[in-house]
Amino acid sequence: MNLTLRVWRQSGPSDKGRMVTYKVEDVSPDMSFLEMLDVLNEKLILEGDDPIAFDHDCREGICGMCGMVINGVAHGEQRATTTCQLHMRHFEDGAEITIEPWRAAPFPVVKDLVVDRSAFDRIIQAGGFVSVPAGSAPDAHSVPVRKEDADSAFDAATCIGCGACVAACPNGSASLFTAAKITHLSLLPQGQPERLSRAKAMVDQMDAEGFGGCTNTGECTAVCPKGIPLDTIAQMNSDYLKANAK
Amino acid sequence: MKYTEGPEIRDTKAPEGPIEERWEKRKFGAKLVNPANKRKLNVIVVGTGLAGGSAAATLGELGYNVKSFCYQDSPRRAHSIAAQGGINAAKNYRGDGDSIYRLFYDTVKGGDFRARESNVYRLAQVSVNIIDQAVAQGVPFAREYGGLLDTRSFGGAQVSRTFYARGQTGQQLLLGAYQALERQVAAGTVEMHTRHEMLDLIVSDGRARGVIVRDMVTGEIERHLADAVVLATGGYGNVFFLSTNAKGCNTTAIWRAHERGAYFANPCYTQIHPTCIPVSGEYQSKLTLMSESLRNDGRVWVPLRKNDERAPGDIPEDERDYYLERIYPSFGNLVPRDIASRAAKNVCDEGRGVGPGGLGVYLDFRDAINRLGRDAVEKKYGNLFEMYERITGENPYDVPMRIYPAVHYTMGGLWVDYDLQSTIPGLFVIGEANFSDHGANRLGASALMQGLADGYFVLPTTIGDYLANGPYGDVDEEAVAEAEIKVRNKIDRLLSVNGTRTPDSFHRELGKLMWDYCGMERTEESLRKALERIPELREEFWQNVKVSGTAEELNQVLEKAGRVADFFDLAELMCLDALVRTESCGGHFRAESQDADGEALRDDENFAHVSAWEHSTDGPVLHKEALEYEYVKMTQRSYK
Repeated sequence: MNLTLRVWRQSGPSDKGRMVTYKVEDVSPDMSFLEMLDVLNEKLILEGDDPIAFDHDCREGICGMCGMVINGVAHGEQRATTTCQLHMRHFEDGAEITIEPWRAAPFPVVKDLVVDRSAFDRIIQAGGFVSVPAGSAPDAHSVPVRKEDADSAFDAATCIGCGACVAACPNGSASLFTAAKITHLSLLPQGQPERLSRAKAMVDQMDAEGFGGCTNTGECTAVCPKGIPLDTIAQMNSDYLKANAK
Repeated sequence: MKYTEGPEIRDTKAPEGPIEERWEKRKFGAKLVNPANKRKLNVIVVGTGLAGGSAAATLGELGYNVKSFCYQDSPRRAHSIAAQGGINAAKNYRGDGDSIYRLFYDTVKGGDFRARESNVYRLAQVSVNIIDQAVAQGVPFAREYGGLLDTRSFGGAQVSRTFYARGQTGQQLLLGAYQALERQVAAGTVEMHTRHEMLDLIVSDGRARGVIVRDMVTGEIERHLADAVVLATGGYGNVFFLSTNAKGCNTTAIWRAHERGAYFANPCYTQIHPTCIPVSGEYQSKLTLMSESLRNDGRVWVPLRKNDERAPGDIPEDERDYYLERIYPSFGNLVPRDIASRAAKNVCDEGRGVGPGGLGVYLDFRDAINRLGRDAVEKKYGNLFEMYERITGENPYDVPMRIYPAVHYTMGGLWVDYDLQSTIPGLFVIGEANFSDHGANRLGASALMQGLADGYFVLPTTIGDYLANGPYGDVDEEAVAEAEIKVRNKIDRLLSVNGTRTPDSFHRELGKLMWDYCGMERTEESLRKALERIPELREEFWQNVKVSGTAEELNQVLEKAGRVADFFDLAELMCLDALVRTESCGGHFRAESQDADGEALRDDENFAHVSAWEHSTDGPVLHKEALEYEYVKMTQRSYK
């Protein structure tokens, strides 16, 4: 396959950035999207150009480090897929592909396609945990959990923190990410004591980071590589309201 | 490569006495640090996977002043997150005869009698607490309808002791540790440094006192000092270029600590995982593992005939060879990883492999789907099937998966004593970065167990004993400056070559060499060839590598080049270690040492020891630590 790429290049946070066009030849349909970029980068290095910086690590769809907007869609058009798991067989020979970083004020561009998502860590720091010191836990069987609850908690817990939800949201909201964590812990007995204070602290932190509000557009869940459902946001809002009513 | 032998290692600090009392004894013997003094003590933890994340969180909780470092943009990305299958624990919730002793026994045997009994027993003891801890953190393990935890069996074990969270156990356990860590960040006990890479260890007065790191965004070289340093930087399987490791996994932190005096133990012990998606082309950047839990229901087979080109569905039952079930009737498809991997290699070498290049075997769910129904299979393995389809474009519900062995986990690593302390006082090494608990082979679902055991329970006790003996005085300014200059020089040197080959092209070539000559099967001849070729290739690297950009910016080519440079040195030591160990054990298969059935043949008389290599400018020095088996009798492993 031969492709034309239009890639966002930005040398650093203070650079204005621009789109640059590259040709890539002999792309195999079995390549992942990132492997296709690897091939281009090898060429750029040898030609003395600066290769395109992008974040990636596990390349098996679970670490959440990779992420780019491909033809206007976070992680590309294939549903429930991370960029590293997107393969070139889904593109047509001769296609032109536009590649941009996540764009949201709380995710400043570090370089090219690399953005700073540390705001997510700070949302977790605000309360996305169960306070339990190591070595003090009771026997695991002492607190049974209904299978349905455990399964639903797991569904919410599969969030990989990639930030696609933010990138896709017209408001730049981090609601799906925050709601996934709040829902995960609020469905388990272990998460109950801190349930409301957690919801309040995490939502407030999300706002403080500058993420926008949720208007139920649903773009977030449409691009989520793990299919985190929109009703987690309802769960979050419900807990948040209860916390504020207290 | 020339090497010399140095004095034997005699004291590993494991307490004497009955094995079940040793850890209790050590804990009681460990000195305590007064709570008021803890916050004056600084500990650096490098790496934020299951071991590093849990250690930093626990040390912060205990009141120490912790600095944590990772090269990713968030500690939640560490590669522990990709572990799929599960975590073992001797809970005996099933009443199927499991016990701490049995987990200990299985692990020592599974490690082919090349792990330490005392360490492994402690691991089995602590495994029980890990599950409690994770559940209390809200890790959503699989549950039975009655609300209790579900378990499954896993390769190499006949009891059902593996706890799991669908096919994403590593992710959920890591998030548990990450959340505990972020809780400490919020509490101010842990200072987190993301996108920082450790490039040297600061040793002052013979003690580890800090690290030199590079801020990967600005390129700034920073010095961080502490009273003790903990390395939890994972394994070095990426020396093979293609492996199941994340792209960023590297050996730099432990290798540079090795150059500063930490012994490197059993570098040649490489675990080859039997169920990975086969390589599809030259451009490929990594291999993806399919959880071993698939072997619970999937049946492994190849055609009976050589070069059988028919589609799998067209091959009738009597022309299929379910070779694992045939050769190992009692364990069948659940034999340990080293056995399953070699068996796959053998049938492919016979010309009976399937798929492109004949490097693959079928993992077939037809019978499971007929027996349990498609829905039940989907419930159990749905996400894995989806992942397979995404990568290969084939639907495993309709055609069998194709799998082939791949480099997965390295059992070698920095040598540590029972306290997890390296040969440099004050340098502790935990998780996959150390060598201690898995011997020559790692059974499924045991790496998560070790990472968390070390981080939550073992290190927090033993490091306290070291810190209580302090304070260790001021850090020698010259030692810090020297380390910093060394790091800067290496970076300058990489940037100044300006040759014609990329770091990746060297890495790929080194990896191929390692796979061909020091891979699933090693021979004296292949290893000698590798030892000849590696220095030549390294020489070419330093003459001809091209690193673009500058040192003062985010420069992924520079990061890569530094790591590849260290892989060359490590690769050489791995081959030497493999050459010297003229026996086969677990993940180290020397073709010259096999029994009449082609199984790995150990040589307990000459090799029941740990090979701990000391770095020296005159060539490596080999120190042996004798392994003694008081409780599990050394026998030839058999899974037939």
